[in-house]
Amino acid sequence: MAPVHIRQLNKKFDEVHAVNNVNLEIHDQEFVVLVGPSGCGKTTTLRMVAGLESITSGEVLIGDKVVNDLAPMDRDIAMVFQNYALYPHMSVYDNMAFGLKMRKFDRAEIAKRVQEAAGILGIEALLKRKPRQLSGGQRQRVALGRAIVRHPQVFLFDEPLSNLDAKLRVQMRVEIKKLHDRLGTTAIYVTHDQVEAMTLGDRVVVMKDGFVQQVGEPLELYNTPANRFVAGFIGSPAMNFAPVTVSEANGALWASNEGMRIKVPAEIAARLKPYTGKECVLGVRPEDLRVANATDPPELNLDAEVEVVEQLGSEVLLDVKVGPTTMVAAVEPTVRAKIRDHLRLAVNPERLHFFDAATEAAI
Amino acid sequence: MIEGAKWKRWVFFYIPLSAFVVSLLFPFYWMAVTTVRPDSELYRPWMAPNYTPFWTTRPTLEHVRGLLEETLFSTWMWNTMFIAIVSTLISLFCGLLAGYALSRLKFRFAGSLGTGIFITYLVPQTLLFIPLADIIRNFRLGDSPWALILTYPTFLIPFCTWLLMGYFKAIPRELEECARIDGASRWKAMVYIIFPIAVPGILSAGIFAFTLSWNEFIYALVFISSPAQKTVPVGVTSELIRGDVFYWGQLMAGALLGSIPVAFVYSFFVEHYVAGLTGSVKG
Repeated sequence: MAPVHIRQLNKKFDEVHAVNNVNLEIHDQEFVVLVGPSGCGKTTTLRMVAGLESITSGEVLIGDKVVNDLAPMDRDIAMVFQNYALYPHMSVYDNMAFGLKMRKFDRAEIAKRVQEAAGILGIEALLKRKPRQLSGGQRQRVALGRAIVRHPQVFLFDEPLSNLDAKLRVQMRVEIKKLHDRLGTTAIYVTHDQVEAMTLGDRVVVMKDGFVQQVGEPLELYNTPANRFVAGFIGSPAMNFAPVTVSEANGALWASNEGMRIKVPAEIAARLKPYTGKECVLGVRPEDLRVANATDPPELNLDAEVEVVEQLGSEVLLDVKVGPTTMVAAVEPTVRAKIRDHLRLAVNPERLHFFDAATEAAI
Repeated sequence: MIEGAKWKRWVFFYIPLSAFVVSLLFPFYWMAVTTVRPDSELYRPWMAPNYTPFWTTRPTLEHVRGLLEETLFSTWMWNTMFIAIVSTLISLFCGLLAGYALSRLKFRFAGSLGTGIFITYLVPQTLLFIPLADIIRNFRLGDSPWALILTYPTFLIPFCTWLLMGYFKAIPRELEECARIDGASRWKAMVYIIFPIAVPGILSAGIFAFTLSWNEFIYALVFISSPAQKTVPVGVTSELIRGDVFYWGQLMAGALLGSIPVAFVYSFFVEHYVAGLTGSVKG
C-alpha cells in the first residue's frame, strides 16, 4: 500500500500527444477512477504507471520512489486487463500462482495465498480448470485473484468490466468495491463508463484529449462540473445544453433564446454579470426538470413539445423540444404525456449551470 | 455440408471430392504398385495380353531388397534425416527469436527488416545457389553435410520467421504484459507464456521446415558430389538412373521409403499443425 504521485506526465506517440501534463496525487488506500471517452489518454496514463509504456516526460512515483526507469516487475503493482489476459495453457491455480512463482515464494506460502484469494473471490472450486472452461465472470474473478495474491502496493484496473454483460458488470462492480474496502490497497481504475466511475471512485479524474478536465469526488463532479465536457460526460441521461443570451431587465439577469426566458437566480447572477449581452450555454440536468404546476413562478418555466416518451418504470424520460433545442426531462412516472403534447416544465433554479460559449468553462 | 436434394449433394460434393482425392492419391498408388511389381511385368509391352498396368499379379519385394542392399539408400536416409533435423532446429531457433522480436519489440527499422527478411525468401533458390556455391567452396565445406545444414537456413529462417511472426502477433499482447507485471522478465515471459501458447505455430513451422529440407533438391545436387554424402532426393535420381536406364522398381521404392518419414511427421502432428496455420488463441 502506497500513494502514487504523477507529476507533469506526458506521452507523445509520433504525431499524437496522448497524455498532456497530467498531475495527480493519489493517496494511500484511495480508489481513483480515470474516466473519459476512448482516446482520451486514460489507458496510456495507466500503462505508464504500470511501466508498459515509456514516459516521454514527467515523473511517476509509487510510494516515495520514482519508478520511471523500473521494469514493470519491479514496481510492485498488479494489473487487471479488459480481456482478462489469463494464461490459456495454465490452470486457474497456476495462473494465480504464476506471479508468486516468478518471485520465488516457497510452495506452501503460494498454496496458502492462492487458497486465501480463491476464498475471497469464491472460486475455490475452479482452481483445477483451464481458463477456456470458465465463463466471463469467472475469468474476471480469476484475473482479480491473480492480482490480489501478490499483495501489491497498487492495483491497476484497465476497463476490467467492459467485456461482461450488463447484469454481471453491476455485480462485479459491487465485488470490486467490497474487495477494495477489505484489502485497502491503493487502486487506479480506468473506465469509459461514467456510472462505474461514479460508483467506484473515491475520487474521479475526467480526461479528454490527453488533458485532465477535472479531479474530484463523484458528487463534486456531478454538482459542480468544471466545464461543459465534464457536465455532459458525468450523469445519465446527459445534461441538456441550450445556447442562451444573457440580458438585464427589471433588476435581474435573464437567460433567453427563442424557446425560453429564464430568470437567473441571484447567487448565479453575480458570476454571470460580465456576460450581460453576450452568448453563453445554459446546462440543466434532466432530473432538474419537472412538469410545472400552477404555483411555479412563470419565470422558471419552459414551454416544451414532447417528441419521444421513454417509460423506464421508476421514471419517464421525455425528449422535448424547447424552442430550437432538444432536451431530456426525467419526470415522475405518474406523468402521462403523449407525443406532440405541449407541456410547461419547471427548472430547479439552484441547479442551473452556465458555461462560457467559447472556452466551455463553467461560470 | 451442402443442403438440398440428394443429387445436388452428389454433383456438388461427393463427385468433385472423390475426383480430387483420386487424382491426389494416384501418384502414390502408382509408386506403391511399381515398387512391388516384378521386372518381367514392368517391361511388358502395353499390347501384351496379360498387361495389367494398375495392379500386379505377382507382388515382390525384390526392388526394396535391391535398394537397401545394392545401393547406399540407407546412408542417404541417414544423411537426409541428419541434415533435415539439424537445419530445422537451427532455423526454428533463429525464427523463434527473430519472429518474436519483429512482432513484439519496438525498434527502428523493425518493419523494413521484416520486409527484407521476406524478400530474401522470395529470391529463387535456382539463382541463390550460384553465389552460395562460391561461398561453400571458399569455406571448404563442399561435399559435406554442413554445406547443406548451413545453406538450408537461407530459406528456412525467413520462412520460420514469417510464420511465427504471424503467430506471435495473434497472441494478445496483454498476456505478456501481465506476465511482466507479475514478475517475469521479458525473457521469462517469452519462455513461460508466449512459447507454450505458440506451440502449434512452432510445430507447424518445424514440420514445414523439416519437409522443405527433406525434399530440397538443387542445393543437395550442386553442393554434394560423392554418393556416400548424398540425400535421398538426389541419391535416388542420380544413382538409380544409370545412363539412359531407369531402374523403375528401385526408383519407386526409394521414393516410397523416402516419403515415409515426412508422412509420419505430418500425421503425428496434424492437429497442431492445422491449429497452427489457422492460428487461433483462445484464453
